[in-house]
Amino acid sequence: MAHNYSNDIAVVFGGAAGQGVQTIADALVKVLKKNGCHVFACTEFMSRIRGGSNSTQIRITDKKRSAYVRRIDFLFALNAEALDHLRDRIGEETHVFVEKAGMEGKDFSGVIDTPFAAYAKQAGNLIFSNTVAVGVVLGLLDLPVDAFSAYLTEQFAAKGEEVVSQNITAATLGYEFGRKTAQTEGISVTLSRALKPDPELLLDGNTAMGIGTVAGGCNFISSYPMSPGTGLLTFLARKAGDFTIVVDQAEDEISAINAALGASYAGARAVVTTSGGGFALMEEGVSLAGATETPVVVHIGQRPGPATGLPTRTEQGDLNLALYAGHGEYSRVIFAPGSFAQAIDVMQRAFDLADRYQTTVLVLTDQFFLDAVASVRESDIVRRPVVSHIVKTDDSYKRYAFTDDGLSPRGVPGYGDGIVKVDSHEHDESGHLTENFGLRRGMVEKRLTRLEALGREALMPERFGPAESETVVVSWGSNRGLLEEVLDTLGRDDLSGLHFSQLFPLHPAVRKLLENRKVVVCENNATGQFADLLSRDTGVHVAKRILKATGEPFCIEEIVNALEED
Amino acid sequence: MTENPFDMPGKDINWCPGCGNYKVLDAVKGALHELDIDRKNLVMVSGIGQAAKMPQYINAHMFNGLHGRALPVAMGVKLSNRNLVVIAESGDGCMYGEGGNHFLHAIRRNYDITVIIHDNMVYGLTKGQASPTSQMGMKTPVQVNGVMLEPFNPIAVALALDAPFIARASIGDTDETKEIIKQAIQFKGCSIVDVFQPCVIFNKQNTYQWFKENTCYLPEDYDPADRKLAFEKAIETEKLPLGVLYRQDGRELYEDLLAIPDTPAYEHKVSEEAFEKLLAEYR
Repeated sequence: MAHNYSNDIAVVFGGAAGQGVQTIADALVKVLKKNGCHVFACTEFMSRIRGGSNSTQIRITDKKRSAYVRRIDFLFALNAEALDHLRDRIGEETHVFVEKAGMEGKDFSGVIDTPFAAYAKQAGNLIFSNTVAVGVVLGLLDLPVDAFSAYLTEQFAAKGEEVVSQNITAATLGYEFGRKTAQTEGISVTLSRALKPDPELLLDGNTAMGIGTVAGGCNFISSYPMSPGTGLLTFLARKAGDFTIVVDQAEDEISAINAALGASYAGARAVVTTSGGGFALMEEGVSLAGATETPVVVHIGQRPGPATGLPTRTEQGDLNLALYAGHGEYSRVIFAPGSFAQAIDVMQRAFDLADRYQTTVLVLTDQFFLDAVASVRESDIVRRPVVSHIVKTDDSYKRYAFTDDGLSPRGVPGYGDGIVKVDSHEHDESGHLTENFGLRRGMVEKRLTRLEALGREALMPERFGPAESETVVVSWGSNRGLLEEVLDTLGRDDLSGLHFSQLFPLHPAVRKLLENRKVVVCENNATGQFADLLSRDTGVHVAKRILKATGEPFCIEEIVNALEED
Repeated sequence: MTENPFDMPGKDINWCPGCGNYKVLDAVKGALHELDIDRKNLVMVSGIGQAAKMPQYINAHMFNGLHGRALPVAMGVKLSNRNLVVIAESGDGCMYGEGGNHFLHAIRRNYDITVIIHDNMVYGLTKGQASPTSQMGMKTPVQVNGVMLEPFNPIAVALALDAPFIARASIGDTDETKEIIKQAIQFKGCSIVDVFQPCVIFNKQNTYQWFKENTCYLPEDYDPADRKLAFEKAIETEKLPLGVLYRQDGRELYEDLLAIPDTPAYEHKVSEEAFEKLLAEYR
């Protein structure tokens, strides 16, 4: 039986934590990129350090893709549990690669017995099993093995020539097995590869957020580790020396945001990173940022709640938390980047807006986005100038001087002759506490007025598909790739898509894009939080909500099905 | 004495007549003036409570933040501009209750700040409930049968964490309190000063007279470098010891461990060279 795969191949690796699924995926995406392929990888894993059953999907496509598909073309199961875990995604067309030895007594009908361990031992050490697996994939895809040899040479240089050559032997054994299997199973793969690919960076979501953060001039982070928000903290910790960033691991999230506000008060560009639960603890600090008009950027890597929820899974359930965080009324901005290039851009905008508007900028991502891997064209990476809006004070300085736009020049202690007093109490222009109702009215207005200007500067949603269409499908944040691919797949001229990377405030022109159309909102939560926000702030009726809150990302197939019903 | 630049003449003060806070304010301002601290270089950070209003009445930079959260703010300030003198000041509820975790970890980090805790053994602004340092048996609107729990011992806790400078003062003696605060400000590292101070409205038990009768200064020949001896003093209950109980100079600062530069954070520039190198890692 012939199996032809053309320009869209889904490879999945499944195994226990600590078995090397991640190592294989890391190596494979790098080697595929070097071979001029478009790759996208996403990962699902259990909240445990060892054991369990995790998997990584790698898609190899002719167009740039960044969404999850349920279909599996080649499944590499590193243990028997992985087969059980992924059983309902195995279809008739799925080729399953398993090493039968050591897994006696299991039902392996239809699987391809693949000697990962046997070849690894032949090459010198069981530890090379992962290298064998990557070799097999390259063989199946009929891609040259040279880029992998070069990768292994570089990766293991420090461990000596013998380790390098043993790895290359393991890779070659796997590769030859892959070639042979393709012939015996009738597998043929067509891949259009760019021979001279555009200069690209291979990034994961955490790295993209990190690059945007340093480019935005960030020089202070205090945070408490919490999945999936921790990646930005570890990224900045690695780069602290190169970019002169203060990195403090806080004793709790409350400390983190208060430290960030202290830093910002003294003139730093400060960020905190966390997840929904940690952010819930920070809420009083967000309110303090509002009262004191102190700039701060908050990254919330979302995961399913309530409470501890599913710590390593994905969801878009914390929009309302971000939108309504903190007691009292004041301004804020909420971004949700949909691609890695957008993440780099949005983080720079976040620091700029926080500084310019003396406000809190919240950036929502999620586990799916942060752990995904994709290549980004360097020409798509935007650099924005880092402009400081801090003024040198004189001795008449008043931190909260009333102005037309509600923004008082922001001084910092030690820069100029002025005294900078900031206060969580209601305060007068000089920052001293007051209970004067007239001043109170002025300050309330001052803190809210800037929302209008922020709305005018808001990012417009990105459109996919025809400009005029009966139905418009809306998504936000990590579901950009999903929306783009679904519309491509359906290719209907009555259907277009709008992806929002800024959720609040909405640009006043958004309403026009939605009026007199059937609006369908697709989001990874149980209630349709963005659909509610869209209705609230534009008055537009949302006709249909496509929702999912299982802890998994949407897959292309389910959205295609949901839209075909219309 | 010349005019004190930290004074704010004519400023309306929100404390009750006779409150110990007035004397703490005098001691702090006196210490700052005598040490010739540049007020443009001084940041006073506080939380919430009557004690925490102190920076409102001092002519210097101020961050009057949230209840319990003075210390993280103070750290953020210090790590972003190490040239600033940073003093965190609040009451016992703010520092030992709501902010207890920050108290522990500020000491562990040991950045160069002075922490002044107004310890009046009661909650004033919320009208008379027990504080972490209230003495057993004191009746309050919440502790209707009297406080049942042993008071928090900040000196012993700070010692257990090896805070490099730990002192206790009693505001009945404003001059000596000022001298202790001067030492604390000059000390390089996290210095803790617990200041006994009566609340004349809600604490009828721990009055000026009570503090006078129940405290005593450390002896002349007391060696503050002796941590074991300091522990012995810290757990004395008969007469609560006053003075510098423990002092260890030369401990490494968090600023130095983090290699914080002398240039303040507001002068930060993104290194283009580092950025280019960063992108190259992912090509």
